[in-house]
Amino acid sequence: MAADPRLLQELAAVLGPGLLCSAEACVAFECDALTAHRRSPDLVALPTSVEQVQEILRICRRHAVPVVARGSGTGLSGGALPIAGGLLLVLSRLNQVLEVDPRRGLARVQPGVTNLAVSEAAAPCGMYYAPDPSSQVACSVGGNVAENSGGVHCLKYGLTVHNVLEVKLVTMDGELLTLGAETGEAPGLNLLAAVVGSEGLLGVVVEVTVRLLPIPRRVELLLAAFDDVGRCAAAVGQVIAAGIVPAGLEMMDAPAIRAAEAFARCGYPLDAQALLLCEVDGLPADVDDELARVRTVLESAGATSVRVAADANERARMWSGRKSAFPAVGRLAPDYYCMDGTIPRRHLAEVLAQIAALSKAHGLDVANVFHAGDGNLHPLILFDAGKDDELERAERFGAEILEACVAAGGTVTGEHGVGIEKLGPMCLQFTGAELEAFHALKRAFDPAGLLNPGKAVPTLARCADYGALHVHGGKLPHAHLPRF
Amino acid sequence: MALADTQPGQDLAEALVEQVRDASSRRTPLRIVGADTKRFYGRAVAAEALQVSGHRGVLRYDPAELVVTARAGTPLAEIEALLARHGQRLPFEPPAFGTAATIGGTVAAGLAGPARIARGPVRDSVLGARLLTGDGRVLKFGGEVMKNVAGYDVSRLLAGSLGILGVLLEVSLKVLPVAAGTRTLRRRVDAQAAIDTLVDCARRGLPVTASFWHAGELSLRLEGSRASLDEIAASVGGDTIGGVDAAAFWQEVREHRHPFFASAYPLWRLHLPLSAAGASVVRQDRVVFEWNGAQAWLDGGDRPAIDLVARTAGGHATLFRPVAPGAGDAGEVFAPLPSALLDLHRAVKRVFDPLGILNPGRMYAGL
Repeated sequence: MAADPRLLQELAAVLGPGLLCSAEACVAFECDALTAHRRSPDLVALPTSVEQVQEILRICRRHAVPVVARGSGTGLSGGALPIAGGLLLVLSRLNQVLEVDPRRGLARVQPGVTNLAVSEAAAPCGMYYAPDPSSQVACSVGGNVAENSGGVHCLKYGLTVHNVLEVKLVTMDGELLTLGAETGEAPGLNLLAAVVGSEGLLGVVVEVTVRLLPIPRRVELLLAAFDDVGRCAAAVGQVIAAGIVPAGLEMMDAPAIRAAEAFARCGYPLDAQALLLCEVDGLPADVDDELARVRTVLESAGATSVRVAADANERARMWSGRKSAFPAVGRLAPDYYCMDGTIPRRHLAEVLAQIAALSKAHGLDVANVFHAGDGNLHPLILFDAGKDDELERAERFGAEILEACVAAGGTVTGEHGVGIEKLGPMCLQFTGAELEAFHALKRAFDPAGLLNPGKAVPTLARCADYGALHVHGGKLPHAHLPRF
Repeated sequence: MALADTQPGQDLAEALVEQVRDASSRRTPLRIVGADTKRFYGRAVAAEALQVSGHRGVLRYDPAELVVTARAGTPLAEIEALLARHGQRLPFEPPAFGTAATIGGTVAAGLAGPARIARGPVRDSVLGARLLTGDGRVLKFGGEVMKNVAGYDVSRLLAGSLGILGVLLEVSLKVLPVAAGTRTLRRRVDAQAAIDTLVDCARRGLPVTASFWHAGELSLRLEGSRASLDEIAASVGGDTIGGVDAAAFWQEVREHRHPFFASAYPLWRLHLPLSAAGASVVRQDRVVFEWNGAQAWLDGGDRPAIDLVARTAGGHATLFRPVAPGAGDAGEVFAPLPSALLDLHRAVKRVFDPLGILNPGRMYAGL
């Protein structure tokens, strides 16, 4: 794009060397972790202060230039994909932990601080930040707010929305708003709830106050094997029905178990059709009590073996298989699609059976490894994009899985976000009137429609096609990051 | 599903849609009414009543899902009784302020009780909602699953919205199992030391699920396995209150039937950061602290003085009950918003209530 010279001049006056215009510099930001879609940005801004962010947005508003905010670029749904003629606002240099206060139980951080860095800053006080998306070593807190990121401990500790107390948000007009309050009780409407998970369409988050929790005094991990997927899925509901809310409750089916064991040598039972990993944490006496109850429930639910990790080393080894399951499955076929639907837990067995039937019908293998306690499925569809119509079949298969999730009363995205990837499936879940209300809500925050336009909410005209995370050659973007 | 033992419901959604469309066409404001138990809360609304309490019934409840979905007019008491029969409860321990209180009113008021400090505000338990907008659209947001990032999180936006964005038709709420054991401890201690104790408990990860300090006495509630309670109680210290008395005490606190509230007019509610100076800003003889000191109730005082107190501590104040029962109050009830934020509130209201006919002015004048 030949950018307006006045625009460049105004931005350069604010940003100095923090403005990138050359194709060579900009290409590094051409995609997030949804690498199937790439577009090199025309302009990249790397602000180092809140005031700069405000100025940049005022300038872009005056020049009607669309703005895409980006944190670390680890998002899985294309939310940070650059827009033609737009500016990419990279917040990674706003990377200071501003405050950690154990008494008030909070940390105040800039949006470019990584998720894990918050817990590291809080660790000397014996505290941590609970949401733990698998990319936590790299993903930014600002990005977590944009996506309402989850992780493996959501059932007990909630999503990002449950752990953020206050954000400072810059609107497209350059206005700085404070939403929420450190006490968690702010006057007025709960606009913070609408902003968390809004994928950069409502404003740019420039400061986040998160709730810290004391590090649990004791953590235990239990592995239960089953010779039947349905029995394993039913056991998930039985644990919850017994009055237990585990810190984590993860499930893997036979293809995922075998792939993980081959990859990580984590000691999984290779003859099992499914396994559950159940983590409990808290005060020592409570953990003992809960662990005993979980064991009883799982044994009576038909587990063929139940094993508790003897120590921290074995716990880490048992988790390693689960945490390396995506790359492990990635070795089974040249390509895979990762889906992200959530369903009510009571439909787990039924939807897993549907997925198995669809797998036969489409002639494509599938591995399931997912957050069973939350009902958040991550079916990995295996295919080879180099073979005739396998890509199209995989896409149809994925779309049918999301249809099954919606039909079971669930959602097309549990934690990866809509971005550009699930614009089609959004049409399955919402009526035209509901989608119109979302667009109107965006206009209330951003009347000119310049913040990340075209993402997260499909236009009614767009409501036609479906998509999914496409991974080629087993190579995930940010291949060094665990993905689970 | 565990609905065999619930009350028969009644679906008045179509009639409610008709009433709102009719009012919309006449540009006539409506005051949304469940059981009218929280009429005192917020600014007065002079408008025709839209009765929602007949739109009732639990629609879905499966204890293994930790989710209950009910029509908005379902009595809170009916839902709590249903959950209790299955060893579960609403996490946020909401006050009813009257036996007929509805679940819709509970979510719209956004008031959480003593357990809020441990289990979060009303918003945290909201999973989904069906909303009737001011121009008669019926929209569904969120759902019945724990993790859901499709679309803006409008259902949580509705918690505490006081009906200014629409009429709640249905809500889906996360529920939790009741703890195996509970223990209430009481001791004499000044306010600052009480708050310091509670903050220390929170940092140690001790399961304090309610706290109440008044007139030199701290009561706190612990919940957990029976095995851990003895040990924790010994480390925290204080006299143990018997189970029946303790349950009655926390019910009094939750419903404002504790003697402090009987004479507290006007009653102010303050939200205060847990900074070291929090307790020192208020007169100790006319205050109650809850939520480890993050919520204070003040008996009497006028707005300028109270606002000064709240702002000095880095918090804000709400006029919770006006001068005398039923006397009303012409002024603002909630702390004023910065003008840019108030403008955003107006824009958001227009999205869902373009003509401004639902509960106009309940939250702020002109909103």
